[in-house]
Amino acid sequence: MAVPVAFFAVFFAYPVAAIVQRGLKADGAWQFGRIADVVAQPDIRHVLWFTTWQALASTALTLLVALPGAYVFARLDFPGRQVLRAVVTVPFVLPTVVVGTAFLALVGRGGLLDELWGVRLDTTVWAILLAHVFFNYAVVVRTVGGLWAQLDPRQEEAARMLGASPLSAWRKVTLPALAPALAAAALMVFLFTFTSFGVVQILGGPTFSTIEVEIYRQTSEIFDLSTAAVLTVVQFLAVGAILAVHAWTVRRREAALKLVDASVTARRPRGAGQRAVLAGVLATVAVLLLLPLAVLVQRSLGAPGFGYYRALTNADGGTFLVAPIDAIGASLSYAVAATAIAVVIGGLAAAALTRRDAGRIVRGFDALLMLPLGVSAVTVGFGFLIALDKPPLDLRQSWILVPLAQALVGAPFVVRTMLPVLRAVDVRLREAAAVLGASPWRVWREVDLPMVRRALLIAAGFAFAVSLGEFGATVFIARPDNPTLPVAVARLLARPGDLNYGQAMALSTILMVVCAVALLVLERLRTDRTGEF
Amino acid sequence: MHTKWIAAAATGLGLVAVSACGSSGSQASTDSKTVTLVSHDSWAASKGVIAAFEKQSGYTVKVLKDGDAGQAVNKAILTKDNPQGDVFFGVDNTLLSRALDNGLFQPYRAGGLDQVGAAYQLDRDKHRVTPIDYGDICVNYDKKYFADHKLTPPASFDDLVKPQYKNLLVTENAATSSPGLGFLLGSAAQYGDNGWQGYWKKLKANGVKVVDGWEQAYNEEFSGSAGGRKAKGTRPLVVSYASSPPAEVVFADPRPKTAPTGVATGTCFRQIEFAGLLSNARNTKGGKAFIDFLISKRFQEDMPLNMFVYPVVKGATVPAEFTQYGPPAEHPETMAPGKIADNRDQWVKSWTSLVLK
Repeated sequence: MAVPVAFFAVFFAYPVAAIVQRGLKADGAWQFGRIADVVAQPDIRHVLWFTTWQALASTALTLLVALPGAYVFARLDFPGRQVLRAVVTVPFVLPTVVVGTAFLALVGRGGLLDELWGVRLDTTVWAILLAHVFFNYAVVVRTVGGLWAQLDPRQEEAARMLGASPLSAWRKVTLPALAPALAAAALMVFLFTFTSFGVVQILGGPTFSTIEVEIYRQTSEIFDLSTAAVLTVVQFLAVGAILAVHAWTVRRREAALKLVDASVTARRPRGAGQRAVLAGVLATVAVLLLLPLAVLVQRSLGAPGFGYYRALTNADGGTFLVAPIDAIGASLSYAVAATAIAVVIGGLAAAALTRRDAGRIVRGFDALLMLPLGVSAVTVGFGFLIALDKPPLDLRQSWILVPLAQALVGAPFVVRTMLPVLRAVDVRLREAAAVLGASPWRVWREVDLPMVRRALLIAAGFAFAVSLGEFGATVFIARPDNPTLPVAVARLLARPGDLNYGQAMALSTILMVVCAVALLVLERLRTDRTGEF
Repeated sequence: MHTKWIAAAATGLGLVAVSACGSSGSQASTDSKTVTLVSHDSWAASKGVIAAFEKQSGYTVKVLKDGDAGQAVNKAILTKDNPQGDVFFGVDNTLLSRALDNGLFQPYRAGGLDQVGAAYQLDRDKHRVTPIDYGDICVNYDKKYFADHKLTPPASFDDLVKPQYKNLLVTENAATSSPGLGFLLGSAAQYGDNGWQGYWKKLKANGVKVVDGWEQAYNEEFSGSAGGRKAKGTRPLVVSYASSPPAEVVFADPRPKTAPTGVATGTCFRQIEFAGLLSNARNTKGGKAFIDFLISKRFQEDMPLNMFVYPVVKGATVPAEFTQYGPPAEHPETMAPGKIADNRDQWVKSWTSLVLK
């Protein structure tokens, strides 16, 4: 417990507090009056209002679109299911800077919708909502579908036998069992869309702004640190509330459900109804998820003979001090380091949270660990700069800063994956081992480790994929001599010219493939009950 | 009990390891043999040129790129008591007052400054900053579109509100993008403090489209750029740089004979970029040497094809690609940094409610 607490205190709470203090403290006195002033401004109120309603709308739309997907991936067995399940997760871990550009090709001018029906959604709120569905589809499929796959189908069949219609059997038997997972998924999607940054910045145009985007503008462009600090506090409170509710639903979800092995619940589709649902889901996935990704690939192949890919090995472009291709190596090594940190921190936290004597405060820490997902990267980045600048913690020029920042984002996923598995370990086993004289370390090694090894691997894999795609915090601290893939893509996109644009697309494609491969490996590992992601 | 001790020991070890990394990092910058440059993402220089400086001066150059220009300046101001480096490059005339008012730089009169054009020396009395390069923010046009439609491309601010150019221009949000701000300042310089709002009303009535950043405007909306052609951009006029046409040539394989885009020379606003010695720099001697190097002919002649800007030193040769495809504007709009600082926030605010709402 002490390690994760210290880690989050030093690398998250302290930097964020430092930057908030910088904005809200003048001449040694706190200016809490600023909070009321800022919130009273019509522009800011508009931002708060837009943030909330677009998050609600995005969450509803995502559930609507992704629930049939959760059903299909959980209950139907069809060729390519594992690959497709991995692929729909790719958007979730891709940097928005890449996807925003590709997504415009779907809903922007000349995009598929435009060519088919003359519908263009760029700079409308629809583009934002659809992109949020694109990014968060996997959250619903994995959270809800994961549980759905393990519900004993015989319960629903029994209800049918007793004369219930399929719909009412589903409504009365399956839905209540799914409800906690549904609530958890909805809250996660709400959290991610509430704090949405890249999507809104790229697709929203200048008229739409979330709190997160506004914090970025106030800090980075206007340099109004006090307004940024107020917004950080407001967002912090909102996210804290969301997470508190989330932690509550998660605990309820772990209330006993009769679960079976996921591998026995999926069947080949039978009947016209199931085939229609399958076809509908596949079509949705193809149009909404695969198409934007395909656009990236297509644009990366725009030069004859893989010209853009070959150009990646050339260091003379001037954009970097190294060849863009080297960003792959840098990204991979950062991600490995970040994964190691995230697994240690997240694993220790999860272990502490499962202990039976874990009190209310420790359990509250569960929600706290998720906070980095909801606090703006610009706040953390600027916080790092002004807080970690004195020995012994002058880290601003150290390479470790990038994996540290990425681990902040990766650790919550590790906790979420490990926690349900650890909680499922029968306490009596541990107690029996202890009674027989095993040391706590030996209990962990002999009892817990064998049971959680697979979950640990999956957690590590997910942390790895998230670290690879992490952009917000990295862009603040990545060093010029070794930019990560997303940073390299952003820099290439920021320069005119065919080669730069093409190389950005080629690098994005490579990033996408690496993420997809990592996730595919996870799919192979996933045969048991493994939490939310 | 045991676990607690293990955890505490691990934390201790972790912090020691981490602080060891940290202190080795800061040692590198206190080292008098290293000069650390803090700049924005657009910083670029040929390896050979940097190597030549390192060889001749005995310093090792370390570069920290710190986000886009505005972000880099803000970060430098936030960290000025304990700066990340010795020299900051990349504050332009639109942000200069913010940097100077916050005491970001210490005075240093660079060797060779007499070779720099007087028009670029905006801090001539105190020498807190040294001009390094300039560039023009101008409307670019898609040559093919105007040829296909047998239409003369616009040349001036006045032209842009004419009916034949309705719905053709895309620009950037002045609140979030530096070319967007430059274009707004250019219009304010052209039509005066009271006239620019009327101009933008007409521009809005003529169908100007505003997007958030340059990447989108140029790579998605503009029909003339390589990215924009692939994205099927539909707007043949975009606010970009005078150096964008040569970039379209240089970054194309094979290189076309002429640039696919041109510049409306009467719509330009001049951006001058400066470097300065950071107030609490550890290696002031090295920092001074590096600033001298930035206005040396060798660096100034290397700069255009790396950063797509023009040299400020008299007699520096500009590469042929520049003279051929993108000469700087002859009469760009300009504005004193003090005036920009005084009006910028207010103008951006009224621009936002005028154009975006």
